[in-house]
Order: sequence, then structure tokens, then C-alpha cells
Amino acid sequence: MASSIQATDLDIYYGSFLAVHDVTMTIKPQTVTALIGPSGCGKSTFLRAMNRMHEVIPGARVEGKLELDGTDLYGPGIDPVTVRRQIGMVFQRPNPFPTMSIYENVAAGLRLNSTRIAKGDMDVLVERSLRAANLWEEVKDRLGKPGAGMSGGQQQRLCIARAIAVRPDVLLMDEPCSALDPISTLAIEDLINELKNEYTIVIVTHNMQQAARVSDVTGFFNIEGTGKPGKLVEMDETKRMFSQPREKATEDYVSGRFG
Amino acid sequence: MTTTAPRSAERAVDTPLTTVPRVGGVLPRWGTWAVLAAAAALVGGLLALVGFSISLFILATALLFGVAVYLWSRVIEGRRRAKDRLVTITVTGAFLLALAPLVSVVVTVLLKGLERFDPMFFTYSMSGILGPGGGAYHAIMGTLIITGLAAVMSIPIGLLAAIYLVEYGRGRLARAITFFVDVMTGIPSIVAGLFAVALFALFVGPGARLGIMGAIALSVLMVPVVVRATEEMLKIVPNELREASYALGVSKWRTIVKVVLPTAVAGIAAGITLAIARVIGETAPLLITVGLTTAVNLNPFAGRMATLPVFSYYSYASPGIPREAFVDRAWTAALVLIIIVLGLNLIARLIARVFAPKTR
Repeated sequence: MASSIQATDLDIYYGSFLAVHDVTMTIKPQTVTALIGPSGCGKSTFLRAMNRMHEVIPGARVEGKLELDGTDLYGPGIDPVTVRRQIGMVFQRPNPFPTMSIYENVAAGLRLNSTRIAKGDMDVLVERSLRAANLWEEVKDRLGKPGAGMSGGQQQRLCIARAIAVRPDVLLMDEPCSALDPISTLAIEDLINELKNEYTIVIVTHNMQQAARVSDVTGFFNIEGTGKPGKLVEMDETKRMFSQPREKATEDYVSGRFG
Repeated sequence: MTTTAPRSAERAVDTPLTTVPRVGGVLPRWGTWAVLAAAAALVGGLLALVGFSISLFILATALLFGVAVYLWSRVIEGRRRAKDRLVTITVTGAFLLALAPLVSVVVTVLLKGLERFDPMFFTYSMSGILGPGGGAYHAIMGTLIITGLAAVMSIPIGLLAAIYLVEYGRGRLARAITFFVDVMTGIPSIVAGLFAVALFALFVGPGARLGIMGAIALSVLMVPVVVRATEEMLKIVPNELREASYALGVSKWRTIVKVVLPTAVAGIAAGITLAIARVIGETAPLLITVGLTTAVNLNPFAGRMATLPVFSYYSYASPGIPREAFVDRAWTAALVLIIIVLGLNLIARLIARVFAPKTR
């Protein structure tokens, strides 16, 4: 189920602007990979390139290779829609569909694609997804209520449940806790630890303690100056990145000397 | 006012605030009403000496009231609150001024329209009626049929155009469409009527009068309104919802149909209803495209039809004998039109409430 991702010499452009330059990285299955770095260094752009979400912005394109279990995601004949079905995403701000109930939000991935599925099977799927997102106990009595009425942390877990309901191979998280309070953040971090058993997770975070807490591998992105492309400076096991990084820039960043 | 206010701005910033600023007095609650009453009495008394005139009375009272409240408040409460009171009076006055014609129209139409607001008016046509009696059944049906047809034509075009502009449109074509929609919004309604006349002169020959011609003229007026309203509503659907849907592996078209449109449906429905309300009272284009009949004609593809605005116009402009019977029917037709528009507005609000995204 969980898959690996391999990026080779990946350049990401917005129009003629080179946003991310020459990233080569391997993401192993069933690990949590954290991407850290200062604002504007391209880590979110890189994350969005992994499930072709950045293509939503006109003029965005990539050069180089990005493979999911050996399949080139940008190869000819690959539909971005199917890529996104395999590589799910959770966003910075919780974004449940306001017109749908909690149940419908979780079922949205299948319903919106008009996948035929029996009511009973759907019930099972919704419950399993909500349980996996540690939300079932809190919402099981009000599945028919709108998702927008929950707290921010619950909404974010609902979004995670919605993302894993379509059973992706990889789960991308773009600063999933930056809009949440510490307790909700803790709930999400615990959840990430559990989800690791089934999914490959890549998380972008501004919070270095969070990266240290949840991730197995950490990649540090940096930017030389405004208008310059972001680059992957160093990538290694999280423990090593935070104790004895090879690069001076990484050490400066993780020790709080800048950024 | 005896506060020791600093004279210069610099001192105001530099001087530390050692004492709590003293609050001046406050006008009594009844103060402004008392001033209004006094101003009205004074102006009324003065005008009674030289000859009373209602407009002069209201104008002079308002002026005197504003000045008096400002001066009184200035002495007791200080400059800032006096200004606040003056602006409050000005804004309220402007509101009342804007409301006056509306109230006047509604009251006038109600008073004169209720004269013939009876079952006969809604069940009889004018077929064979020369004097009193008769009704506007044919005109009511005509208005509903022609406006309905116009809506059936305009809503899909407007909706799809707006979806294109917001979700797909890039570059020159989108800019051109936006530009022409803006231009169309400003088209005088008679031009839309002439367009329909010219169009049908090509197809069925000159001098044709058909319900469908009126519907086409109205839809020319309606399409840009629908496009604008829908466009605004689609624009305020947060991009995050589209991204959330894309990230679930949902295609763009399905995202639009199943996420974007349902989120915006309340506003779109309200906008469409208001667009219908806007064209339902059009007279000029219907006058030259549909004409008028006295008998019931429910077929928009054959012959002239009656519509409420045109019915009202002709009853008033070229009445028969006795004149009152025709004028009364004109007012009642106007009243019915206002009621239909009011009903549409209520429906729009209802739709907006039913479809609005809920949080509880």
C-alpha cells in the first residue's frame, strides 16, 4: 500500500520563474519525511509538485523526474487526476466542504467521483476512516451535522479522514498544524505516528520541534536570496539532522541562528 | 468646554497621560427629540404667518434641527460628539429622503390599484369588453410565459458563461467576454427590443409580433445580469475548496458541478431571481415585439400577446370610455406586477436561506 517517491534533478517553474532547483531525494515507504526551511524556500511548492497540485496555478511546470514506485508521475499519458487519487493531501487551513455533513465529507472522495458503492460498505469506510483519524468517538453521534460546525482541530482531522478514505499510497501534509492550538496539534501528531504504519507521509512544517517529534527523515530547504530558486540543502535521518548536520546552513537553521 | 487640551499635535503625543481625560456633559436622552419638536413648532409657526408649504416646512425643520443639535452638543459634549450627532442626522435624513419615493410609489399604487383588485381581474381577459369590468388574465399569463421563456433561455447561457469566466477563462477571449458583458449590462432596453424585431424581420418577415420575440429581447437584457451575479458568487467560493476536491482525485468538471456550484448556489439562485425581477417589468421592448391583444393567447409562437406592463401602458395612454375603468385597470396591473416582483424577491431570500451552507 505505502509507496516510495523518487525525485531526480527536479526543477519547478512558475512561468519563467525557477522556484525550486535541482532536487534529488528518495522518500521511503512507511516513513514520515519532514520538509523544513525558511518561508519562500520552495518546500510547499515541492510538496505540491508531488501530486501535481501546483498545476492548478497557470504557468506552473516541472522539469526532471518524479517517480512513484518507479512510475514517472509526469510521464506522457499520466492523468494528474489519477495521480492525486494515489497521493492525497492535507492543507494548511482545514477545508471541509461547507455544503456537506461530516459523513458526506468523509465520503466525498468516492461520492464526487461517482464511484458506485453500497450504503453499508460506505458506512464501514466512513467509520474506518474516522477511526483512523481519531475522530470517530467525537463525531459518531452527529455524522449528519455539517463539518463546518466543529473546532479547527476536529476539522483538520476530518480533512485527514477525508484524505485517507480514498486509500492513497502517500499522504502529503502542508503545515497541517499551523492553524491549530497546541492540544489539537498534539492530536494530529499522534495521528501522524499511527498513520505511518500504513502510509508514506511527507509533511511540510515551520515548526522544528514538530519535525523532530514526528519525522524519521528531515529535508532542509534553503534559499540564497529573494528571487533565487530554493534548493534542498541536506537530507538525512531526523536525529542526525538535529544533532550533527553536515552543512553549516542546516546547523544555523535548526539551532535557531536564523529563520 | 474647559478641558486643558494640548494645543499642538506634538504635545499630544509627547505629554504622558497623567490624568484621565475629562468627559464632558451628555445631552439628555430626550434632547434630540425635544430639539426636533421645537424646530418643527418654530418653523410651523413662522410658515403659518406667510403661508404653509409642506416641502418648505420639512426642509427648514431639518436644517434648523441639524444646526441646533450641533450647536447644543458642541457646547455641552465637545466637538467630536457634536460632529457625530450632525453626521447621524445627515445620514438618517439621506436615508429618509431615499425612502420617500419608494413609500410614495407603494402607497399610491396600493390605493389606486386596490380599486379593481378583485377575482374578476384575475379570471377575465379584455375580450369583448368595452367599458368597465374585464380583467388582465391574458396579460398576467402573457407576462409569466414570456418572462419564463426569457429565463429558460438566459439562465443556462449566463450560468455557463460565468462558469467559463471564473473557472476556465484565461487571456483574450475571457477579457473580451467580460468586456461585452459589461457593455450589454448598459444596453437600453428599447435597443434589445429593436434587436429582436430586426432578427425576426430576417426570419419571418417584417411586422411580426410574437411572444418569443419579446422573450428574446428580455433575455438579451437578462443574460448579462445573470453572468455578473453568478460570476461574483463563484469568485467568492474559496480556492481551498477546489484544491481540497482536486487533492481527492476529483476532476475539474466534477469539482465545479459538485463542490463549487453547491457552495455558491444560494447566491446564484438569489441573483437569478433578481435578474428575472429586473426584466419582468420591462415595457419598451415588449411594446414593439409582442404588442397587445384583448384575448387570451397562450402560444408565444403565434400572434400577439398581452403583458402586464404593456397592458398597463395602453390602458392608461389610450383609454376608452368611461376613462376611469381603464385607468383603474392600469393601476391594478401595476399593483399585480409589483406583487409578482415582491414575490420573486421573497423567493430569492427563501432560496438563499434554504441552500446557504450551515454550521450547526
